[in-house]
Amino acid sequence: MRALVFLLLAATACSSSRPPVTNNPPRSSADSTAGLGRGAVSAPNADPFPSTYVAYPGRTTVIRGVNIFTAAGPLIRNGAILLQNGKIAAIGQSVDAPADAVVIDGAGKFVTPGLIDNHSHLGVYASPGVNALSDGNEATNPSTPHVWAEHSVWPQDPQFPRNLAGGVTTLQVLPGSANLIGGRSVVLKVVPSRTVQGMKFPGAKYGLKMACGENPKRVYQTRGPSTRMGNVAGYRSAWIGAEAYRRRWDKWNSDRKGDAPSRDLGNETLAEVLRGNILIHNHCYRADEMAQMIDIAKEFGYHIRSFHHGVEAYKLADILAREGIAGSLWSDWGSFKMEALDAVRANIALVDRAGARAIVHSDDPSGSQRLTQEAAKAMAAGVAAGIPVTEEQAIRWVTINPAWSIGLDDRIGSLEVGKNADVVLWSANPFSVYSRPEKVWVDGALLYDRLDRAQQWRTDFELGFVPFDRN
Amino acid sequence: MMINYSRTLRPLVFASALLALAFSSAPAQVVAITGGRVFPVSGPAIEGGTVIITNGKITGVGANLPIPSGAQRIDASGKWVTPGFINSSTQLGVIEVSQVNTTRDMSAQGKDNIAAAFTVWEGLNPNSVMLAPARNEGITTIAVLPAGGLVSGQAALLNVVPGTTTDMIIKAPIAMVAEIGDASSAGVSSRGELIVKLKELLEDTRFFQTRRAAYERAETRDFAASRLDLQAMIPVIEGTLPLIITVDRASDIDAALRLAREYNLRIIIGGGAEAWMMADKLAAARVPVLTGAMNNIPGGFASLGQRQENAALLRRAGVSVALIGNAGGGDEEAFNVRNLKQEAGNAVAYGMTWDDALRAVTLTPAEVFGMSSRLGSLQAGRDGNVVIWSGDPFEFTTRAERVFIAGREYPEMTRQDMLIERYKRLPNSHNTPVAR
Repeated sequence: MRALVFLLLAATACSSSRPPVTNNPPRSSADSTAGLGRGAVSAPNADPFPSTYVAYPGRTTVIRGVNIFTAAGPLIRNGAILLQNGKIAAIGQSVDAPADAVVIDGAGKFVTPGLIDNHSHLGVYASPGVNALSDGNEATNPSTPHVWAEHSVWPQDPQFPRNLAGGVTTLQVLPGSANLIGGRSVVLKVVPSRTVQGMKFPGAKYGLKMACGENPKRVYQTRGPSTRMGNVAGYRSAWIGAEAYRRRWDKWNSDRKGDAPSRDLGNETLAEVLRGNILIHNHCYRADEMAQMIDIAKEFGYHIRSFHHGVEAYKLADILAREGIAGSLWSDWGSFKMEALDAVRANIALVDRAGARAIVHSDDPSGSQRLTQEAAKAMAAGVAAGIPVTEEQAIRWVTINPAWSIGLDDRIGSLEVGKNADVVLWSANPFSVYSRPEKVWVDGALLYDRLDRAQQWRTDFELGFVPFDRN
Repeated sequence: MMINYSRTLRPLVFASALLALAFSSAPAQVVAITGGRVFPVSGPAIEGGTVIITNGKITGVGANLPIPSGAQRIDASGKWVTPGFINSSTQLGVIEVSQVNTTRDMSAQGKDNIAAAFTVWEGLNPNSVMLAPARNEGITTIAVLPAGGLVSGQAALLNVVPGTTTDMIIKAPIAMVAEIGDASSAGVSSRGELIVKLKELLEDTRFFQTRRAAYERAETRDFAASRLDLQAMIPVIEGTLPLIITVDRASDIDAALRLAREYNLRIIIGGGAEAWMMADKLAAARVPVLTGAMNNIPGGFASLGQRQENAALLRRAGVSVALIGNAGGGDEEAFNVRNLKQEAGNAVAYGMTWDDALRAVTLTPAEVFGMSSRLGSLQAGRDGNVVIWSGDPFEFTTRAERVFIAGREYPEMTRQDMLIERYKRLPNSHNTPVAR
């Protein structure tokens, strides 16, 4: 599956296990990129809103006698996992734990990696859903690559703690889908913070939201684009401008002759996509439109990391697999508009079977709290359609696969030694409707405990407004 | 009752659906479902019980029942048998594609946001492609509610059977629907004004009812509401037709209770995000609540207290609770009427007993709509709405294996099944697979 990704992007790292390198064509000169941390992008636009995240203090913790979905192999029954210094220090049938470790008896319970939702609008469409907090669509122009979702995120959105209580530890927050090119996404840790910078996942790449189909043409009906062909012309025009911009800057970065070209915020983002430093997340429902978006990506030499919503992904699953494009999908949303008419519950299982990366995404603050339930429905639908899907496979849909889609699969998304200790302890098998997260750790820090109110994050907004006894 | 989660997955064989299609035939006179774990709901569970359906009606439920000769025997050993599930608040059949206006028939223009005369079922599409998926997944009965405005119109109770709307209707109307949670959508400026408008309608209805002859001679003052709306409201003020009041904020529920007392109305609270704060008062007033168990988001200033324990807390206080679907109020509601079982499972995860959760999707909604003599339980004399499940009905891996409505099965390949069949094997080109 990855072969074609390499073809498309020449030397670009398609696996996030390597540091990002600019590619295609000249690489930025050494001094212009010197000092750029992981997740930063090419000069002149080097990480102006850096992450200030600091892990909360954690204690060395061992969970014993517990069933572990690692997302990296078979279920470990009656196993153990050790969280130390923010990392997974050991995992297996049994582990050696230091004497001072907190010991949790996990008998009858389950452990999974912290869940990852790669399609969230938390913070940008905060609750309560009043106009004053509606910050997800800069619907003033069909192409707005210059906007960044993080500048709309309200860290006091009361949906954040609910997501954490649902076992979600990492979110990609995207702009909405009103625009052809909606702006940059941001990857957040689901942690209390005064600022959005304090939630930003250190070193995470940015994503760029693009949208196909009905939404842009409906929103811009009077000024255009008002048709799907208008949509496609809009994408291509934007990439033509971006390609010229990238060439100007790459040339200047390599020879430093004369004045630097003038900056353009939108083209900076698009040029970084062309250099392979920003990942494309493309809202697209219909199979025929996805195929056209793939051609556009080839025309301009970028790669689509994931299609989102893709209710017809099952019709194109082989091509998604071949092109190395993930399908970020709902288990069972459909029929609410024409482009969602052909939704089937077996979509995720069919995409998975074809060898493409299948992902359960939410696009919804409620569904995001129950990602394993959504995965369970998709798994059951697959089985009902004669496609065997194991729980070990299905857990990947909400962990390592979304981690890959945001370029962080080397650090989160599975329980392996050395990875971040983002861990959820469930009261029962997470694919059961009766199961609930009991404890959630982010980087080894216990940030949610269902049985301990002192360990239940409440946002500023909730104080006084929202009764506490909600759990 | 907490049931152990089974990791066993049983493959569904599509051929069985096809086979069944080929053999669609007249209903069997007598069906005997034997050996299952039977949940009558009106009484305790029966291990290895038998359910007998004769000419569409349940004629026997119990252990060791004699099987009438000539009965179609269905071995339900290892299976769970329940009444058909009732979704008590849906727009299934009146919305096909929610963003295509010509397929939306759940709201009336009305007059001044009052549309009491609106009978939503008249616009129902019995050929909706979403009916079969709901039925196949164990939903045998739906309450279709109108939406929007201050008084939205009248609701109907329908069986999810193929045919015409006439074939589907169990009872219509079953309730009048009013929404008092949002002033702007009802065309007024504040919550208090909503109540004023509703009172005006109730008082005008009273006046209209008692001075009908004068009204016909045009000797009464003008009314804000139309003649048909006033007429439709008469059973509401007489207390014979319940009024579903869709509302979230605790104070609005309080206002609804005052209104019910003042005008002697039979009310049902719909939605009721903050109903748990009013649980004792709702129990004392014997006001049932239709609510879900999958929303905990303070999505608006009227629902800041929204929590997933709502249903369980209400039940604990003695309130009659029917679970309704559609966690987030999303556009895909009609597509996912089948997810009622997920609501029930989550209600259990958030504190409701398993038995109460089953009751909340079967017998309680039947009682709320005054139809418990026909629906919602497995006992002699009730309609033959019966589902055989592969296991605990609330679990995701459980399938509704056999679904009977009035004793008859309607196995049908859904549009979704057809799409899966067509695209299960993809060709080596951009050509569309040619199948079915």
